[in-house]
Amino acid sequence: MAELSRDEIREGLADILEEVAGVNPDDVADGKSFTEDLDVDSLAMVEVVVAAEEKFGVKIPDDEVANLKTVGDAVSYIEKG
Amino acid sequence: MTEVVVTGLGATTPLGGDVASTWEGLVAGRSGVVALTEEWAQELPSRIAAQLVVDPSEVLPRVRLRRLDRSEQIALIASQQAWDDAGLSDDLDKERLGVVFGSGIGGALTLLEQDDILEEKGPRRVSPFTVPMLMPNGPAAVVGLEFGAQAGVHAPTSACATSAEAISWAADMIRAGRADVAVAGGSEAVIGGLPMAGFASMKAMSTRNDEPERASRPWDADRDGFVMGEGAGALVLERREHAEARGARIYAVVAGSGLTSDGFDIVQPDPECNGGGRAMRAAIRQAGIDRKDVGHVNAHATSTPVGDMAEIKGVKREIGEHPVLTGTKSMTGHLLGGAGAVESIATIMALVEGVIPPTINLENPDPELDLDVAANEARKVDLVAAMNTGFGFGGHNAAILFTKP
Repeated sequence: MAELSRDEIREGLADILEEVAGVNPDDVADGKSFTEDLDVDSLAMVEVVVAAEEKFGVKIPDDEVANLKTVGDAVSYIEKG
Repeated sequence: MTEVVVTGLGATTPLGGDVASTWEGLVAGRSGVVALTEEWAQELPSRIAAQLVVDPSEVLPRVRLRRLDRSEQIALIASQQAWDDAGLSDDLDKERLGVVFGSGIGGALTLLEQDDILEEKGPRRVSPFTVPMLMPNGPAAVVGLEFGAQAGVHAPTSACATSAEAISWAADMIRAGRADVAVAGGSEAVIGGLPMAGFASMKAMSTRNDEPERASRPWDADRDGFVMGEGAGALVLERREHAEARGARIYAVVAGSGLTSDGFDIVQPDPECNGGGRAMRAAIRQAGIDRKDVGHVNAHATSTPVGDMAEIKGVKREIGEHPVLTGTKSMTGHLLGGAGAVESIATIMALVEGVIPPTINLENPDPELDLDVAANEARKVDLVAAMNTGFGFGGHNAAILFTKP
């Protein structure tokens, strides 16, 4: 997969969040917390992670998921690949 | 004794997306049965079914749909209608609100779909919502959560008697003083390869594939099995004083109910309808009315060779020769766990409107049929009391008796 910019990753995440959790794409920004700001509960987060792995071709181990508190955290993790 | 009344009705069925359109279809004698054109159905012995006319995706938001099995989606839709119809609102005391909602089979299609994902993509891809989607108490739990019910959420599972049984449990819950209001009903959505192949292997299903609309024909000499249907029905049951205090419209009284078991066979109905008959008797006894007042029975009548005629014996023995019968499965197909609720709604509407919906396709009555059936055309009758019956695999029998308020 070609290198994606942070903006492209964020947009891809926004698509996933809209699809699995009904999050408005306009609300998806680096500083937003998945649980506090976007109402993504733990089960929905499982779906987000699986969809992100598929979309971006990365592995996100379960113990890493706990560290992904904000959209920015997730974008950075995926950016590192 | 505490009197339990019905104050709200909701349904989504193969005849309509709500009670009004379903009732209109029933009275008009419209069949909801269609040919299944999907590829998965083409090898099945029975390739016909009564599908919902309003898909849940037209009613519920997309994310909601993703997390609910179809049986839960329609449980929610029917219950919301019943809730709104009853004029209930959030100021209800939730500790006095119960839910009794069942499904015959539950989230079987979710199970199959997720098993495909497990096989093809591995365990990490299995949806985290799999278990709440396939558990048989799922529809009850989803309805309970929606309204914040805290008096108890119960999920009877007794195959095709499920939602008649649910109504009985809900009435008992109110009579026992555990709740003032209870949402009762059932749903089923298993039009899919495995459930239909299983029923077909039992030789329980109609194979009249070339004539879908004529396939479900209770009491007709040419009946050859039931037609699979999907749908949900919900009723709001309420303690009479509670309903009157808030000025609610009262459709009917749940005057009595009877629940028995055959102790006979896992799938065959008792040909004498002993257990079914005892359920009818118990309902009449609890209601404390004369059996002559039971003017109508919305019968279980699935269009299977043995079951249809067995029930006739039960009705004759326990109620008499006077009631006008109908088999609305001739139009809706067999809604399995949803049948008792949808047919109880039809029974209540018959009582309210004074109209008994027809049994369609009764062209050549079984020679042993010697009771009056509203054959092929709706029948106007003034009713005081009307009964719905439901019998399920496993030998479960339920009879619910409704009277005018």
